[in-house]
Amino acid sequence: MRRFEMIARSPVFVALFLSLAIAGCASKKNLPNNAGDLGLAGSARPGSTQDFTVNVGDRIFFDVDSSVIRADAQQTLAKQAQWLQRYPNYAITVEGHADERGTREYNLALGQRRAAATRNYLASQGVPAARIKTLSYGNERPVAVCDSESCWSQNRRAITVLGGAGS
Amino acid sequence: MLKSIRTLCAAFAMVMAILIVATLPAKAQLKLDITKGVVEPMPIAITDFLSGDQLGTNISNVIAADLERSGLFAPVDKGAFIEKISNPDAAPRFEDWKVINAQALVTGRVTKQGDGRLKAEFRLWDTFAGQQLDGQQFFTSPESWRRVAHIIADAIYEKLTGEKGYFDTRVVFVDESGTKEKRIKRLAIMDQDGANVRYLTNGKDLVLTPRFSPSRQEITYMSFEGGKPQIYLLQLETGQRELVGNFPGMTIAPRFSPDGQKVVMSLLQEDGSANVYTMDLRSRTTTRLTSTSAIDTGASYSPDGSQVVFESDRGGRPQIYKMGADGSNPQRISFGDGSYSTPVWSPRGDLIAFTKQSGGEFSIGVMKTDGSGERILTSGYHDEGPTWAPNGRVLMFFRLPPGSNSPKLSTVDLTGRNLRQIQTPNLASDPAWSPLLE
Repeated sequence: MRRFEMIARSPVFVALFLSLAIAGCASKKNLPNNAGDLGLAGSARPGSTQDFTVNVGDRIFFDVDSSVIRADAQQTLAKQAQWLQRYPNYAITVEGHADERGTREYNLALGQRRAAATRNYLASQGVPAARIKTLSYGNERPVAVCDSESCWSQNRRAITVLGGAGS
Repeated sequence: MLKSIRTLCAAFAMVMAILIVATLPAKAQLKLDITKGVVEPMPIAITDFLSGDQLGTNISNVIAADLERSGLFAPVDKGAFIEKISNPDAAPRFEDWKVINAQALVTGRVTKQGDGRLKAEFRLWDTFAGQQLDGQQFFTSPESWRRVAHIIADAIYEKLTGEKGYFDTRVVFVDESGTKEKRIKRLAIMDQDGANVRYLTNGKDLVLTPRFSPSRQEITYMSFEGGKPQIYLLQLETGQRELVGNFPGMTIAPRFSPDGQKVVMSLLQEDGSANVYTMDLRSRTTTRLTSTSAIDTGASYSPDGSQVVFESDRGGRPQIYKMGADGSNPQRISFGDGSYSTPVWSPRGDLIAFTKQSGGEFSIGVMKTDGSGERILTSGYHDEGPTWAPNGRVLMFFRLPPGSNSPKLSTVDLTGRNLRQIQTPNLASDPAWSPLLE
């Protein structure tokens, strides 16, 4: 609800919301994890959460036991920062996640460390730190479950969620 | 749900014990020495308790299952019994039990009283010495029949091993259902043998790491409710919940102090560090125990309350550290290959159990409190989160098969040779053993 109230403040967003509702656009929940595969690039309305997810990329990935922002992640975060400064009305929550190859409590702390590193990087690129909340899910929300690095590497991530908590 | 918890606890408070006076003095008493590592299980005959119905057999079966699961006793197959016990007050024909090699014999009776309560009586016999070792009777409400069986199993265990039992206990854990990517997690409580499962939360909010109070019918746990993950207390008798402290960030990894008056936990800070704090539950004051830019978490008190063991990655990978309960003099105690986490101090004070990650495997192990004498008890794709039985001889933990995200609970004893899975209705993780019930 909070997200709708926030969005409703701007007539542009109201129009966007209505057009999305009328078009019966897939809800965010149904988006594949790798939104780039959707082939929707360009069709998302600029400034929409879809625009952010598809054209900017909402997540970055980490090495094992690391919260260092990798070179590929720096590129993504630089694009995120540009976009977030252009659309300053969105509340931002960075969710930190860990893979399953760790213990639960350590992974919660590691997820927080990744979220904090992500927030710091966005702040260094000009997004006010006070605008960014952080949250850790540890290893509680894997996007892929198997017994190899092909899954674990997808789970070691930080997701920039617009409009509040919840991915 | 509330009502069921109340009923449960009321029932638990109702068991009363009376010692039946042993008629013979014990000499050269039958005793299983469990201090020497590997033990040959003692053959024991547990006869069906006399009753007018199935209850006597049910009680006998629960006692036998408890003792068998401990790995220290081998209940003799009832089909081999020669003597049929018709009067549990009279001495049995010891020869009939010696010939089937039952070194100990349990007889008993359960009767319904005029006031609706059950009376359960048992006698424990040393068949080779030809004498009674123990005899007690208990009164309880009919729905607590399993509890009486566990109390009797504890009495037998204590008499024959010289150590306290752990069967009259419960386990709080996280019940898991839903898809493997998005689990629904509910707090649940059960008897240590997996019976009498009851749910404490409804699954709406993600809940993790419940821990029992050492002194009250109370647990502490972590919940994501309201989008701000924090530590809570839950009173089992009333269902009353409360937030522990008002911290600026997420709080994780709660555990009670041995007197039940404090909760130790970790605060996840904005800079990405995690530090150990305590909150005094009476005065509501919080105290910071560690100040580091690293991750300090998984704190656990020594049973005398003077020290705290915790995990930290201040030296690189997570390792186990020990410090005074005021945060003084932290020193690393684990130095093996790999990383160490989830340290838990034994209720006997002599050992620290941990999860170790090494060579792509997760293991449950124990070390002395100075970090020496490490012993790995189980290893697998993912064994995590040991919790001690109150007598410090058995650990429960959760185990995931490769790539499944499908945990189940298991127990292992200190020899590492007695590994058992606990049957639960769904997937299960994060077990925490209660103290012996009062």
